[in-house]
Amino acid sequence: MYAKKLTRLSIFAGLLAMLALPSLGFAQLTSYQEKEWLGVESHIGNITGHATAGVAPYRRYCVGCHGELGDGNGENAQWIDPKPRNFQLGIYKCRSTPTGTLPTDEDLFDTLARGLDRSNMPAWSTFSKQERADLVAFVKHFSPRFQSDKAGPPIDIPAEPEVTDDRIKAGQAVFLRAECWKCHGVTGQANGPSAATLTDDLGKPILPFNFTEGARPKCGSTDRDIYRIFMTGLDGTPMPSYADNIKPDEAWDLVFYLRTLMSQNSKEKMMAKKLGLKPITPPNGP
Amino acid sequence: MRMWAQSHLCQKAQRVPSFLAAAFVLLFLVVSSSQSANALPAFARKYGLRCSACHESWPMLNFFGQKFKDNGYQLMNDRDSPIWQNPGYWPVTFRITPIWHRVSTNKVQVDTVPGNGDGLGEAKITSSGFDLSGLDFHTGGTLEKNFSFYVLPSSDPTASFHFETVMARIDNVGGSPWFNVKLGKFELDNLLSEKRILTLTGNGGIYQLYHFIPAGDGNVFGQMGDNQLGLEVMGHSLNDRTRYSVALLSSNDGQVGLPYGSESYSTFITGSQAFDTGKLGVDRVGFYVMAGQAPTSYLTNFGAPIGGSGTQNKGFSREGFVGQFYFGPHADVTVVTQHGEDSAWFGQGYGDYIDNPTGICLNSTGSGPCNNTPGTQLIAGARNPTWNGVLVEPHYVVSPQMIVLARYETIRMSQQSTPGTPSNLGNITTYTAGFRYNPFMTSRAGWAYHAEYNWWHQDGTSPVTATNLTSSEVLLGIDFDF
Repeated sequence: MYAKKLTRLSIFAGLLAMLALPSLGFAQLTSYQEKEWLGVESHIGNITGHATAGVAPYRRYCVGCHGELGDGNGENAQWIDPKPRNFQLGIYKCRSTPTGTLPTDEDLFDTLARGLDRSNMPAWSTFSKQERADLVAFVKHFSPRFQSDKAGPPIDIPAEPEVTDDRIKAGQAVFLRAECWKCHGVTGQANGPSAATLTDDLGKPILPFNFTEGARPKCGSTDRDIYRIFMTGLDGTPMPSYADNIKPDEAWDLVFYLRTLMSQNSKEKMMAKKLGLKPITPPNGP
Repeated sequence: MRMWAQSHLCQKAQRVPSFLAAAFVLLFLVVSSSQSANALPAFARKYGLRCSACHESWPMLNFFGQKFKDNGYQLMNDRDSPIWQNPGYWPVTFRITPIWHRVSTNKVQVDTVPGNGDGLGEAKITSSGFDLSGLDFHTGGTLEKNFSFYVLPSSDPTASFHFETVMARIDNVGGSPWFNVKLGKFELDNLLSEKRILTLTGNGGIYQLYHFIPAGDGNVFGQMGDNQLGLEVMGHSLNDRTRYSVALLSSNDGQVGLPYGSESYSTFITGSQAFDTGKLGVDRVGFYVMAGQAPTSYLTNFGAPIGGSGTQNKGFSREGFVGQFYFGPHADVTVVTQHGEDSAWFGQGYGDYIDNPTGICLNSTGSGPCNNTPGTQLIAGARNPTWNGVLVEPHYVVSPQMIVLARYETIRMSQQSTPGTPSNLGNITTYTAGFRYNPFMTSRAGWAYHAEYNWWHQDGTSPVTATNLTSSEVLLGIDFDF
């Protein structure tokens, strides 16, 4: 009789324990309550993103790397190279805005969908546009820069001219003059004399882009994207903005020349082959 | 005024009384002190993503996870190549679930007097106790960019193993996401995946629609919930909003060794389109068709059917629509419909003679083994059995760590094979409700407290009196993979 009662009591206690454990979850889940101070918005076309609505998707998709504080110290950060972005700093590589300025909402919106090659940031292209806009707002709320500053004005990108042999040759001259080769190497293999010494703004080693291995440039792979990359620079990295050193027409020449270095087939690559274009020779040798 | 470096995500709970929270914390620490698990579920470990990135609640995929799967377990960036794997990477995940459950069935066949052997009685049996689910060893990943594999040895609770999944796949053939091929034994491309079902009870742990067989029917080959052997071509748009798949399958319900017919095949075709519905999310609608033929006649040796000798193929089909509708980040509902039809030969019990050689059919010659030997005729008026069904599964995602779910399924016979059979014979209705809570969420392991209740009812199929059969089950467990 005693054993039977004890058994029943054990079963009851066991069931109670199993049902009680998940209740702990509710205690934790209240941390998702929306706060009034999450008032940051993003504006993508006619879509308005709300930081409050970005909490749930951030928690689901982003927090593992970027961390609960948005400081890039999620639990996975220790295994990731390059390290996840620290949203608190408000510094972004992929912008349409001048160096040193904040990116536009569209810049962040596009980055989410495109992902960042050569990093652990995947392309979140399955999200709805609203979800992405909400995440942009939520990402912005981490940084005081977005509360005090406005995004810079997007740079002007003139219409892409027709590629010609002369433009490719001119682009090669820009590549030499602007000393792109110092990091990217004379053949674009990321083996320039400075390549091994590069660090980002946080002092962590960083590699220049290797044009020859078939990778997609981080901030987009269209001609306009490549133009934008070296005219805005990649803030937080050693890649500077050349907006003050290269004229818009020269910038297009450089885009055409960079295409000849890439392993992907392109019109420029074919033209360079016909031209018999040789790698540049730096003043003191490669 | 908050400090900018603080996040509301770190706010402490406000609603739960402190003494209760403390008690729960203590209980939690005692019972589940395993948060230091340092091994890695295969894919999450490789890419450094939390479970929740790919799973609405594991193992159920969200759209991002579906896209990852459709790309051949690749994120389609430079990290897909195996060279990016940490040398310690070992792409194996195992999953087993210790549970407590209580099962009650209203009419189980019993002897009228224990031991007399007549088997003419029926009794309600209710039992409860601690138990185990089966054990799955998942291993899969990329061998090279766009070349991947998946192998899943699986056991029942007694550790009897079989291969649940073995497949090799090639993705992005010709550089196009519209052409991907896999060969082997694999799950059919069901938008609502039964292999990723969130429920665990005996009747709630499967989708009834995916396994329905009319009462007395001999067709085991149309079970779209079972992994099948074959070749699948599938494709999708870059963002996975548009998908299709076409599979050619052996009509053997996934059993190896060509056990049934020598030349019997079936096909499974799906298509779906997802739509950006603004604040609601990304919703998807699609269709599926499973159609094929399977044998009903076997050569015999001393009366026993010979494997692989099946002929006299007869047809069957299952088709329906699938919708996955999201209502913001927290609520969604999946709906699956089905219309099914079997050949009258299956309806009369022919078909699965290999596994059921003593099965008895009623035909024009009276009752006998279900073998469609030359000269066999169907009983007068025998018709193709047909049915319709619907499945509705709503979820409320409290957070990535907590999901509350429910399911309603019903299947109604629209035409019985044998004239005069009660129209509701074999109809199924089932309800399932439960929740899963993940106390922690990392890229290292999965751990879920699971609670579920299922009620299942079928008309007229009790074993002796042919009256209604009802079963219910309560299940509590800890589901984990590692």
